[in-house]
Amino acid sequence: MSILVNKNTKVLVQGLTGKTGTFHTEQALAYYGTQMVGGIHPKKGGETWTGSKGESLPIFASVAEGREKTGADASVIYVPPAGAAEAIIEAIDAEIPFITCITEGIPVADMVRVKARLDRSKSRLLGPNCPGILTPEECKIGIMPGSIFRKGSVGIVSRSGTLTYEAVFQTSNEGLGQTTAVGIGGDPVKGTEFIDVLEMFLADEATTSIIMIGEIGGSAEEDAAQFLIDEAKKGRKKPMAGFIAGRTAPKGRTMGHAGAVVSGGKGDAESKIAAMEQAGIRVSPSPARLGKTLVEVLKG
Amino acid sequence: MNIHEYQAKALLKSYGAPVAEGVAIFSAAEAEAAAKSLPGPLYVVKSQIHAGGRGKGKFKELSADAKGGVRLAFSVDEAKAHAKEMLGNTLVTAQTGAAGKQVNRLYIEDGADIDRELYLSLLVDRSVGQIAFVVSTEGGMDIEAVAHDTPEKIVNVAINPEAGVTAADLAKLTSALKLEGEAKADAEKLFPILYKAFVEKDMSLLEINPLIVMKNGRMRVLDAKVSFDGNALFRHDDIKALRDETEEDAKEIEASKWDLAYVALDGNIGCMVNGAGLAMATMDIIKLYGKEPANFCDVGGGAGKEKVAAAFKIITADPKVEGILVNIFGGIMKCDVIAEGVVAAVHEVGLKVPLVVRLEGTNVELGKKILNESGLAITAADDLDDAAKKIVAAING
Repeated sequence: MSILVNKNTKVLVQGLTGKTGTFHTEQALAYYGTQMVGGIHPKKGGETWTGSKGESLPIFASVAEGREKTGADASVIYVPPAGAAEAIIEAIDAEIPFITCITEGIPVADMVRVKARLDRSKSRLLGPNCPGILTPEECKIGIMPGSIFRKGSVGIVSRSGTLTYEAVFQTSNEGLGQTTAVGIGGDPVKGTEFIDVLEMFLADEATTSIIMIGEIGGSAEEDAAQFLIDEAKKGRKKPMAGFIAGRTAPKGRTMGHAGAVVSGGKGDAESKIAAMEQAGIRVSPSPARLGKTLVEVLKG
Repeated sequence: MNIHEYQAKALLKSYGAPVAEGVAIFSAAEAEAAAKSLPGPLYVVKSQIHAGGRGKGKFKELSADAKGGVRLAFSVDEAKAHAKEMLGNTLVTAQTGAAGKQVNRLYIEDGADIDRELYLSLLVDRSVGQIAFVVSTEGGMDIEAVAHDTPEKIVNVAINPEAGVTAADLAKLTSALKLEGEAKADAEKLFPILYKAFVEKDMSLLEINPLIVMKNGRMRVLDAKVSFDGNALFRHDDIKALRDETEEDAKEIEASKWDLAYVALDGNIGCMVNGAGLAMATMDIIKLYGKEPANFCDVGGGAGKEKVAAAFKIITADPKVEGILVNIFGGIMKCDVIAEGVVAAVHEVGLKVPLVVRLEGTNVELGKKILNESGLAITAADDLDDAAKKIVAAING
């Protein structure tokens, strides 16, 4: 099993015709035949997209049209920052159940607007500013490198793209493999939080352990730790390892991700690590030891 | 992006917020005319630097008992004397670090008779994904200390973006601030104005500390600190024009030209990494092995060879750097592109310090081959742990 996406997931691409959209759609098609079913472009509806290896996909003028004609239940957004919020809203209005936004650099005020729309819709948004989601040997949405994955038992959730890759690579090398890896993204206002993904991993039978990677800024890790403590009281608990990036980051400086900033005395690494350890997560001091730390937890 | 207090006040004034009259000056010669243009008889001379704690700050060049970075003046002559003493000198505050910041601009403002000092800020509350007011009756102090010692004195009101600031929101805010009479009426006008300015100008922080009630019962914005969302500057040319590059690190300015996420730090191991999380983790692991990073540098996912070379040059130009760690986990970023960029930069600027490179992911073999065949003294590392150990060992000699 897996969470959110599997071999039956049908994906539309918003921003397919750009360079980034084209490259990653080719990669997705090459990854165990992920069902990329079409692209969206308001002025190129009816045309056909052709990849560098001769792949082709239909282009639709709107997400609504694409959904109607393909039965897509997911979309992925590679639209540049200035138009990305509108692209998300278009997908929400077309009632796409699962929307992934890869775009980095969307103004936070735009995301505040999107979030209000999202809250009264049936859609789930992953991201923005995220690497996407991948269920090994079934479905790849976004920009994660498929070659490092291995089908297995670890659920991975992370605010950072490249640290997701570290966790994937290390759990593959340890022979554990992954059920699904989810990058929730580095922006302060986003669609899916740790708690949402942890709830799904706890419910997924195939996921027998979890890696959670956080970073400085906000309180999503503390909220997630409290959630895990509450769930454990109900008897729902899985072995977990974790990591928090940014122990050495100076206060008040934004560290690459718009959301990675310690401000107003909140969001520092130490309080996150303490909260996670209190929830029973073994927090690795080194990002190079995520896989080994999880193996130690599993050995007991 | 941050702006100066006087710029923030001018911006808020343009939205109709009550601020004192004031004049920004760049040289002591302008002080007299500036003060004379104000009503008087009380003036406030305020250092304009991008750091807080100015009032309690000290000037490096002046004696220890000299006054701080914000001074009262009771005559035009006194305002002039302050300006002469402050301009060009280095102000050290709790937020500037020991090096301090040179004061190149002053703001001379009309004084106010203060009855109460309040705190107000607007920021993005991530937990609800909305813009929120944070207010407290404890203005004029370090709000982090208030939050720590008396959290019940801080009230948070999140604003629904589709409804804007409602009457119910205003009632909560004015009640939390214990406002009455004219001050309450002023606040009911002011708060929606501040929210409007925050949204329209894509601010990431608007902090008024203090927001005052004057002895005449009216409200006034006495200090203003504004930061803008860097991701939204593309739609605000007027805000971009307010940028003061002298307040920023030269390396960070150069990096921003290349769209590199770079933060200068105090250590001596330069880092070049792809991905913000991995870049922070690389800093952390250097510290774990007993050294300090010289910078945060995320070259991003789609960097080309030129951008990689630019990043490498910025890092090597820092005289503090005694060794460099390149850590790449290629997803979109291809390892061969990184390798080519590093080799090109080294050929151009030379390599005077140890360099450890860890490559993993897309095109890793090709990347390693390029580095091996370059003939450069590069130490290869297998993983992040190995890389950190090797660069620390190289520096320790």
